[in-house]
Amino acid sequence: MIQVRNLVKTFGTFTAVNDISFDVARGEIFAFLGPNGAGKTTTIKMLTTMLKPTSGAIELDGLNPQTKQNEARQRFGIVFQDPSLDGDLTAAENMEIHGVLYHVPRKIRQQRTEELLKLFELWDRRGEQVKKFSGGMKRRLEIARGFLHTPKILFLDEPTLGLDPQSRNQLWGHVKNVNEKEGVTVFLTTHYMDEADRVAHRIGVIDHGKLVAQGTPKAIKEQTETQSLEDAFLKLTGSTIRDESAGSADQMRQFAKMWGGSKR
Amino acid sequence: MSAIYILWLRELKRYTRSRAQIIASLGQPMLYLLVLGFGLSPVFKRAGYGSYFQFIAPGVIGMSVLFSSIFSGLGLLWDRQFGFLKETLVAPVPRLQIMIGRTLGGATVAVLQGLLITLVCVIAGFRPVHLSSVPVALGFMLLIATVFAGLGVAVGSSLQDMQGFQLIMNFMVMPIFFLSGALFPLDGLPKVLAAATMIDPLSYGIDGMRSVLLDKGHYGAMIDFEVLAAFATVFIVLGAYRFSKIEI
Repeated sequence: MIQVRNLVKTFGTFTAVNDISFDVARGEIFAFLGPNGAGKTTTIKMLTTMLKPTSGAIELDGLNPQTKQNEARQRFGIVFQDPSLDGDLTAAENMEIHGVLYHVPRKIRQQRTEELLKLFELWDRRGEQVKKFSGGMKRRLEIARGFLHTPKILFLDEPTLGLDPQSRNQLWGHVKNVNEKEGVTVFLTTHYMDEADRVAHRIGVIDHGKLVAQGTPKAIKEQTETQSLEDAFLKLTGSTIRDESAGSADQMRQFAKMWGGSKR
Repeated sequence: MSAIYILWLRELKRYTRSRAQIIASLGQPMLYLLVLGFGLSPVFKRAGYGSYFQFIAPGVIGMSVLFSSIFSGLGLLWDRQFGFLKETLVAPVPRLQIMIGRTLGGATVAVLQGLLITLVCVIAGFRPVHLSSVPVALGFMLLIATVFAGLGVAVGSSLQDMQGFQLIMNFMVMPIFFLSGALFPLDGLPKVLAAATMIDPLSYGIDGMRSVLLDKGHYGAMIDFEVLAAFATVFIVLGAYRFSKIEI
């Protein structure tokens, strides 16, 4: 379903993704793991038409996302790592815009919005502006929104960041559900190794832009002769802590805070 | 089509929900209108140009439409910062539709803002010579709004973050306003200034409104219309092109 060959992305002199290749089969749940700044999000951005690769080839369901952007976009859904909601709109309105943009017919849109908002316990607050929501609620809304349409491929970029165990449980339950019942291929990143171990069929480990291991969780544990995926991960990627340089988005957020600018 | 509509509606909802901002945005135009309008009136009259208040009202309306439309285009920067832009950019909708929805929404909001200022002008004593030409003036407002919403999107797509905002404000938006003849008549200007006013799209918008509302045009309403339409086309095409190139 996803085919990546010799993918490279450089920003100036910095190589974020360095010659990676992998395949994700139809109906598979693939976990993409790596320390901060390893190149996970950059890879997802290239897979989802947000960034152009420097070199290499990508195929999504047989389509090149660079040349067939719209067709490719019709095939996937994505839950972003950082916020992407409109704070001035209500929860229901955010869902509605998403539904319209993804061509979900009105009836199904309304029905699924209700189901999903109830599932993620936001239904009672659907008429409130999102900027009044807590961090966890916003996160839940983003996830609910990601499930509004049924894509062929679902990208989840650190979806459980900042979620309580209850919501995490709901999320993974739902992911497994759409994967099994509707055959959705899932491509996810997470820092919680136990989640990856539990949910993913296969795992790829990326570090410094290089794919250092891939296989089933079991195979990776065997390959590294470790008991848990967490130990395997540390063995593969070392135990030094990585710092992600503050991206321009973070700097901007700070700038906005400085000017008290929640204008928009 | 539904994508254009929902994004247009979004801009409208955001506008109507930011009441405090609407009121704040009336402050500057009212200063120009009431302080300059009445303050310079005696001098203007002595120079034989009639009422300065009547003269400046279309200028202040044009100014509000300019600010409102260009900021709605630059609102792209806020959407980039708060992430909503991504949500629209990965959706299976041609970027052209997304750009058009946003731009039309921004232009509509700018026209609403212009109408609000018009109302303030009328309350303060502005009286158009021809009431029947009010719809034509509204058309000019819409054109101004389209021109600058397009320009705003073009510029907003090219900027990565808010750092450039102050630069845009001081070296683009303010000059467009001051060179437009919003505050002074375009007749008999020094050559350099005259040339600068001639390449400023807002000149034609405000002149157009003055032509139809007060019978005091410089270029004439037909020329104003043609030049504005040309600018609108160029900026919308440019905005659409820049928007299609955004990477996040």
